[in-house]
Amino acid sequence: MSGAIDALPRLLALVPWLLSHPETPVADVAKEFGITEQQLRSDLELIWMCGLPGYGPGDLMDVVWHEDRVSLSNADTIAKPLRLTSDEALALVAALRALLGVPGLVETAAVEAALAKLEAAAGGAFSGDEVAVAVDAVTDPEVVATVADALSQHRRVHLRYWVPARDEATERDVDPIRMFTSDGIPYFVGWCHLVGDVRTFRLDRALKVTVLADAAEVPAEVRQRAFDMGLFTPDEADRLVTLDLDPSARWVADYHPCEEITERGDGGVVVRLRARDEPWVRRLALGLAGRGRVIDPPALAADVRRAAEEALSAYRIISGSD
Amino acid sequence: MAARRTERLLNLVICLLHTRSYLTAERIREMVAGYDEAPSDEAYKRMFERDKEDLRDLGIPLETGTNSAWEDEPGYRIARRDYALPDITLAPAEATAVGLAARMWSSASMSAAATRALRKLEAAGVEIAPLPEGLQPRVESGGAAFPVLAEAVHDGRRVTFTYRGAGDAEPVARTVEPWGVVWWHGRWYLVGLDADKSATRVFRLSRMVGEPKPKGPSGAVTRPDGVNLRALVSTYDAASPAAVAVIRVREGKGLGLRRRAVNVSAGPAGWDVIELTYPDAGRLADQVLPYGADAVVLEPADAVEAVVQRLQALAG
Repeated sequence: MSGAIDALPRLLALVPWLLSHPETPVADVAKEFGITEQQLRSDLELIWMCGLPGYGPGDLMDVVWHEDRVSLSNADTIAKPLRLTSDEALALVAALRALLGVPGLVETAAVEAALAKLEAAAGGAFSGDEVAVAVDAVTDPEVVATVADALSQHRRVHLRYWVPARDEATERDVDPIRMFTSDGIPYFVGWCHLVGDVRTFRLDRALKVTVLADAAEVPAEVRQRAFDMGLFTPDEADRLVTLDLDPSARWVADYHPCEEITERGDGGVVVRLRARDEPWVRRLALGLAGRGRVIDPPALAADVRRAAEEALSAYRIISGSD
Repeated sequence: MAARRTERLLNLVICLLHTRSYLTAERIREMVAGYDEAPSDEAYKRMFERDKEDLRDLGIPLETGTNSAWEDEPGYRIARRDYALPDITLAPAEATAVGLAARMWSSASMSAAATRALRKLEAAGVEIAPLPEGLQPRVESGGAAFPVLAEAVHDGRRVTFTYRGAGDAEPVARTVEPWGVVWWHGRWYLVGLDADKSATRVFRLSRMVGEPKPKGPSGAVTRPDGVNLRALVSTYDAASPAAVAVIRVREGKGLGLRRRAVNVSAGPAGWDVIELTYPDAGRLADQVLPYGADAVVLEPADAVEAVVQRLQALAG
């Protein structure tokens, strides 16, 4: 039963698609529709049996095979695709708006024009007031556009980049390989000439980017690796840290991948997560002061306590000297 | 058998799109291939009812009416104009944007809906050129809540859901008049009127427990004029900067603070003094604390106090 409900929308899209893409190889059509060639063949056999009442030769749709290519005719009644359903319109409209949320990534005017046309075609689709996007105001659109340009022109960039874990600004030349967004923040992956390896950079931490005259030179196997890697993914080798979080520090569990989350019962949680490195987790723990604490490893907990004492003594010196 | 039923439904759609006049159920039974399998009037009635329901569920606009005033048996047809995707022409750059948007979803259901939409556009003659290599923006749906809420906003229906707020020990049931869904900093938020509290509220979709449910009739919710959804959401996480703090930052350190500073000047040897706007002392402390002894708040006093208190809690 559910088969018919799944298949009918596909057939109603397949017919106009084949009409506007005559003589397409069967394999390409199957790929386009995300089905097996065998499924496509049975879809076509079914289409061939359907048509206008009377169901004579002139009434039925015609499927024409030319070697492994397929064309369709005599399907005027359903030659146009069914209008977008609300979930289909939502999926495109909301994603286009999200694209507008990262200025610089693609040409804003083109996205806006596409949105307007889609909204008109979808008739009563989700308006900009119903599904809205607040623009990322942190990342400099020019930085994003510069990296996007360098990527499309295969050029090297010079990057001044802030490494928060060590709280330092670094200078490096990078050959961009790909750009992506995660949690609304634009990133790029590239071959970093400073470290001689592939690195991922958050563009909201790029202090300055300039396109260099040099062409980007990225060996094919490095490129493949760059496509495989993205954000920090916890590694088995990374050290496990246990944090005890008050309700006001629960966001940590939302933001960082946790191996284990235990409810404390009062809205707080105890989480186990993999630390990228010592400075990172130390800074996280310092920022959580009064809201959460490191339970394990004890040495890290002591280290964070020492850092807090050191900071406190800075305040004592200042108030003492006033 | 599923294939037989698909065949019958396809023939039904073609027949109802082709006809200009309304066709009665009886006429449809005679005309459309597949209904002859019904062994009785009763069986046919059930079959046809289910088929009609399925077509409507798929978004196919089935019309009911009579051809003239003296017919009392209602008939059916599908208006081509309501059925078909209107003509749409996209410039190459626009088509690229749409192609890029269609592959942005990380959730399977939204991604599938986007792909179906793209195929319809292509079927209507829109050409999507190969997408720029290496460009992969993403949008998360925040689970099943997103389409449900967007739909509820669109239909003007109230929603109920279970929600765990930032400080809630236990999730709480909420009833909300939804005004809009907003994507901000990689997350979806619902903005609306909390019906129990009669106050404007912002909810993060990822904090909803289970799936929200629409409740009551469509058109029951009206968004008040002048509501700025984006502004409501962006003030939800960071209240608008109200005060200026003066912070001593070690040279070459505190880059995250320096980037947001409104002013940077030289301080005592080895230090700079920066000025930073902030919404409240608690949020300023959140920003300064990670830098430990490298960033020391000098004024105002309530901000110093907020940082010192939290450091004391940690140093214990």
